[in-house]
Amino acid sequence: MQNNNLAQLELPTLLGRQFEDIPDDLFIPPNALEICLESFTGPLDLLLYLIRKENINILDLDVSKITDQYIEYIELMDSLKFDLAADYLVMAATLAEIKSRLMLPRESFDEEEDDPRASLIKRLQEYQKFKNVSEKIALLPRVDRDFYVASAQLPKFEDQKNKEVLITKDEIFDSVLEVLKRPNYKDNHQIDFEELSTKERIQMILDLLSRTNIISFSKTLKKPEGKKGIVVTLLASLELAKDGYVELIQNKSEELFIKSSRRV
Amino acid sequence: MNKSLINSIEALLFGAGRPLTLSEIRNILNNNGGTIELSDIKKSLNMLEERYINTSIEIQEVASGYRLNIKQEHSSSLGNIWNDKTPRISKALMETISIIAFKQPVTRGDIEDIRGVSVSTRSIRSLLERNWIRVSGTRDVPGRPALYSTTKDFLDDLNLKSISDLPELPEITDDSKDDFLSQVV
Repeated sequence: MQNNNLAQLELPTLLGRQFEDIPDDLFIPPNALEICLESFTGPLDLLLYLIRKENINILDLDVSKITDQYIEYIELMDSLKFDLAADYLVMAATLAEIKSRLMLPRESFDEEEDDPRASLIKRLQEYQKFKNVSEKIALLPRVDRDFYVASAQLPKFEDQKNKEVLITKDEIFDSVLEVLKRPNYKDNHQIDFEELSTKERIQMILDLLSRTNIISFSKTLKKPEGKKGIVVTLLASLELAKDGYVELIQNKSEELFIKSSRRV
Repeated sequence: MNKSLINSIEALLFGAGRPLTLSEIRNILNNNGGTIELSDIKKSLNMLEERYINTSIEIQEVASGYRLNIKQEHSSSLGNIWNDKTPRISKALMETISIIAFKQPVTRGDIEDIRGVSVSTRSIRSLLERNWIRVSGTRDVPGRPALYSTTKDFLDDLNLKSISDLPELPEITDDSKDDFLSQVV
């Protein structure tokens, strides 16, 4: 189980082994960049790594060397992830500030107090504390990873929507029969064209009316069309009446007259 | 100690599937008008502990009470059944929860100060969803940032009784400074 724990940590751990993955010189092939970025969880993290690599004591931090390397890392990151690079840039600026201050001649009286590295070292130490302890906590046995709870607890059921299905064997039999009896909808069937078109009839009536102004309904009919013809003609004349092209007139006789309204 | 009490407690722990406190157990058992003392329950738990010596389970006391664990020696085989049930926790998330654990209550800004990098909303949310941290208030400064503290679930999940069971945070005194730093570098 301990192996699992170690595998859980991302590489490289500060005191761990994975540093070999990162080349000694600072040339990092572009495809390794992502890995490099994920390796450091923060600017301080990177700084600690560099300090360790240079094998120097934090207290006599060789700022110039570290700064140069640090900035080179950032240049690599810069093109890749601006968000992340911003955090690192602040640290780079701090380092550069420290470096420049150290390079200036000191008029100092109280050197101790004015050492610009002091606050950075303090931050590094503080971070290092939590980094160490977090690595230890990561190794503590964790539930469902390193140990499991013994339980006979009822599983949490989903909402039981189909709680009870009440069905008899007869009902099943019936529904199977029903399905079997269903007509086969895959049969071909032919759709007939509309023999008599209302549109056509409207045009016909209008043609007739353009000549005679008024026409009896029965005169517009053609015998062979039979009942269908009557229906279509009626529909056509109603359509025309609706739109105001004709008037339908029926006197006491049974005969219906279609009269053009525009010609009046 | 009578056997039925021991068995009742065992049944409760098994059925609960979560830690139960002594008083919780007492209240449940006394529901039917019993007069069981906390000390009886504690004794029964000890008896159970003994009973479990040659079994695959054990009683574990954690922050939220007592629960039954499967002994760790069986974890590797169980892991095969429940593989990857819990998501991995990143190094960054581990640092964040550690800072909250030791410095609580803290704001996101406090964490950022120590880690030197911005703490993503996602990592805070992931800790909240896991119920490892909770918002315990707000700091009385402009913006009223939320204060985060760890929960009992966090301790439970690590088999711990209290926050003091966590590994000790190394203290840096001026004397030990050099030693510590030579470890660092």
